[in-house]
Amino acid sequence: MKALSQHRHHPMAYLVILLLALVATGGVYAAFQPRAAQAEGASQEDIAAGEQLFLANCATCHGTNGQGQTDADGNTLGPSLIGVGAAAVDFQVGTGRMPMQNSGPQAQRKMPQMNEEQTAQLAAYVASLGPGPSIPTADAVDPAQGDPVEGGEIYRINCAMCHNAAGAGGALTHGKFAPPLTGVEPKHIYEAMETGPQNMPVFNDSNISAEQKRDVIAYLDALEENGSPGGLSLGSLGPVTEGLYAWTIILALLMGTAVWLGAKAK
Amino acid sequence: MSTTTDTRGSSRSDAPEKGGRMARLGSVGGDWLDQRVGGARLVRFFARKIFPDHWSFMFGEVALYSFVILLISGVFLTMFFVPSMDEVVYDGVYEPLQGAHMSKAYESTLHLSFEVSGGLLMRQIHHWAALVFMVAIFVHMFRVFFTGAFRKPRELNWLVGFGLMMLGMVAGFSGYSLPDDVLSGNGLRIAEGLMLAMPLVGPYLSFFLFGGEFPGHYIIPRLFTVHILLIPAAILGLIGIHLAMLVAHKHTQYPGPGRTDKNVVGYPLFPVYTAKAGGFFFLVFGIIALVSATTSINAVWIYGPYDPSPVSAGSQPDWYMLFTDGGLRLIPGWESTIFGYVFSWNILIPMAFYGAFLAFLALYPFLEAWVTGDDREHHVLDLPYNVPVRTGLGVAWISIYLILCLGATNDLLAIALKLSINDLTWLYRISFFVVPVLVFFVTKRLCLAIQRHKRDLALHGVETSKVVRMADGEMLEIHEPLSDYDRWVLVSADQFRPLKAGKGVSGLRAKASSFFFKDYIEPVTPADLRKALEHGSHEQHKIDELIGAGTGDHATN
Repeated sequence: MKALSQHRHHPMAYLVILLLALVATGGVYAAFQPRAAQAEGASQEDIAAGEQLFLANCATCHGTNGQGQTDADGNTLGPSLIGVGAAAVDFQVGTGRMPMQNSGPQAQRKMPQMNEEQTAQLAAYVASLGPGPSIPTADAVDPAQGDPVEGGEIYRINCAMCHNAAGAGGALTHGKFAPPLTGVEPKHIYEAMETGPQNMPVFNDSNISAEQKRDVIAYLDALEENGSPGGLSLGSLGPVTEGLYAWTIILALLMGTAVWLGAKAK
Repeated sequence: MSTTTDTRGSSRSDAPEKGGRMARLGSVGGDWLDQRVGGARLVRFFARKIFPDHWSFMFGEVALYSFVILLISGVFLTMFFVPSMDEVVYDGVYEPLQGAHMSKAYESTLHLSFEVSGGLLMRQIHHWAALVFMVAIFVHMFRVFFTGAFRKPRELNWLVGFGLMMLGMVAGFSGYSLPDDVLSGNGLRIAEGLMLAMPLVGPYLSFFLFGGEFPGHYIIPRLFTVHILLIPAAILGLIGIHLAMLVAHKHTQYPGPGRTDKNVVGYPLFPVYTAKAGGFFFLVFGIIALVSATTSINAVWIYGPYDPSPVSAGSQPDWYMLFTDGGLRLIPGWESTIFGYVFSWNILIPMAFYGAFLAFLALYPFLEAWVTGDDREHHVLDLPYNVPVRTGLGVAWISIYLILCLGATNDLLAIALKLSINDLTWLYRISFFVVPVLVFFVTKRLCLAIQRHKRDLALHGVETSKVVRMADGEMLEIHEPLSDYDRWVLVSADQFRPLKAGKGVSGLRAKASSFFFKDYIEPVTPADLRKALEHGSHEQHKIDELIGAGTGDHATN
């Protein structure tokens, strides 16, 4: 202890303390940060295979190291993927949005181009670039464990203004849109809330907790399960399609009967 | 069945007393009743009332029948609906809302939909019948407008019909606001916004209607009274006046041989129309019931209980209110502050426009009578192409209405067409000014083209596409002449008569009159017709000669 007390007024001591403090803060942060830096169970081989896939399919826009690219005019070709995490990759690639078919206001959903193994490898690689949200566990997205009533309230307040009360989707500005939520896998719904793909805001755990996300998934599941008790839903788009139906199908039926009744007896 | 002609204004007291072998008791009883009630005369009057026959005359009936269906289904709904804003916790069968807080109005709507037998069907019948009611009113109005049926003596009845349309809109709005779901609350919020936008009086009006701050606890019970008592009573009253005037004026008829402004050609109410109308009621009811049993409408459980914060994507009013939303979506967000008061031009301008737009429709009969100076009674309808300016104006009005409706659906269309909502909004803004003008002139030209075509048809008959080459090389097409009945309709158009300025006619009025009448196709005169028929028969004679005997089927008249 004597040696320490002798040196505690040494000019370098402050630097040492600062370093120790930084290491401690970083260490505590690393220990308590919400998500692991890598997808669980990803091996070094997965990451290497993911890198090969990335170079072949993604690097054109996102850059060879996933750092993002801009064209000569400074427009973004592909954003940086450092820190987007495995969840973002699983959502974008798993729903077929990436690799993008063509540039436009927003990536469109299509048949996935990568199989599950390839998606996992890509996710492992991108997760290795920097810490980010990981793919949720099966329990975290299980509709049976969520509360649809709570989820419904969260959904109506946070989601329906873009995705429509029935999850039928809606328009955003300049050709962007909020896609329909019917037929979407629970984990993709979770990942979308977590990572905010395309024009969607991020709903991280401090906005909507992990349990609440599961509640939303449970509500959407209940909506889909209930179907349309009243008959044809007409796309669940509300009064406009109902009005169109009245002016086309119903009016045609009425006109048909009117012509029939108005016809002269032969 | 023979066609009956009823002379306008003739007395109907010459009813024959056909003794028959009536049951003695019935005869005595009926006589006893008749001497005290005097129903026989009334029954005879109505039974022998003549109505002309045409399918396009039946949309007013559709509106009437859907109103009856609305009354029947509405009575059922009032048995279960609770018009109250009291907060309750839902414990019904619809799982995704169990335990949610909501108003009694919303809870009773869910109860009605999911737990009352036939409740959902009745709700859907009521709502679909409301849409059909308004569709039928619009189609009926179009028919009346484009055939000029609103002309003297029916201008007031047009106003009554217009009143029915407006009441129908209020009935619809007050009705779909009752379930207190998110969508209906959004509609009320817009109504509140419209009131607040009125300078000076706005906030007072809003507090008066809602009994305080929006939404408060009073609006649902108040709308309920309006919806089930005031509006239906007013509609019933106006329907009574509408039908009484119809009986007094007698029905209009399309032009045809033997039909004049002084008679009605058609069938008697009994038995022909009582059977047809009775059957038609059940057909309309059947169609509405079929649609309601198979097609969902206003699934309130999806929208959730009303809460002033959320607004769902794709929130639109029912179709007959769409145009009001369209203007609000299309106008830029203009507002200015004058003497500390905010003037929301983005609301005031559309509202003023809707007022003028609807007033034009309501007052059109008077406007046209002023322009044409026509003071005669009209019971024979115009064919739309014979009055190009009126038809053009009507189609232009519809085009504005449609653009406003499209404006209100810009978000749904942007998705359906994969276009940018901003581009669509600009397209509608420009179309709002350009399309009605274009549509007016295109319609007018089309009408004149049809007139020209009908003139040719009257003079030369139908082209058969059979061409005969004569011995000298001349090519002649065989024309099938029209029957006298068909030709009658084509040569009986009203004569052209613009007002001239002077003699109490202002310059503006003379100009308007000239605009209304100046483009027209010279009507067929008897001399034209004789000449054309002679020419036709001469040609036909040559053709007959060439192709020999046995062509009697091309005989001219």
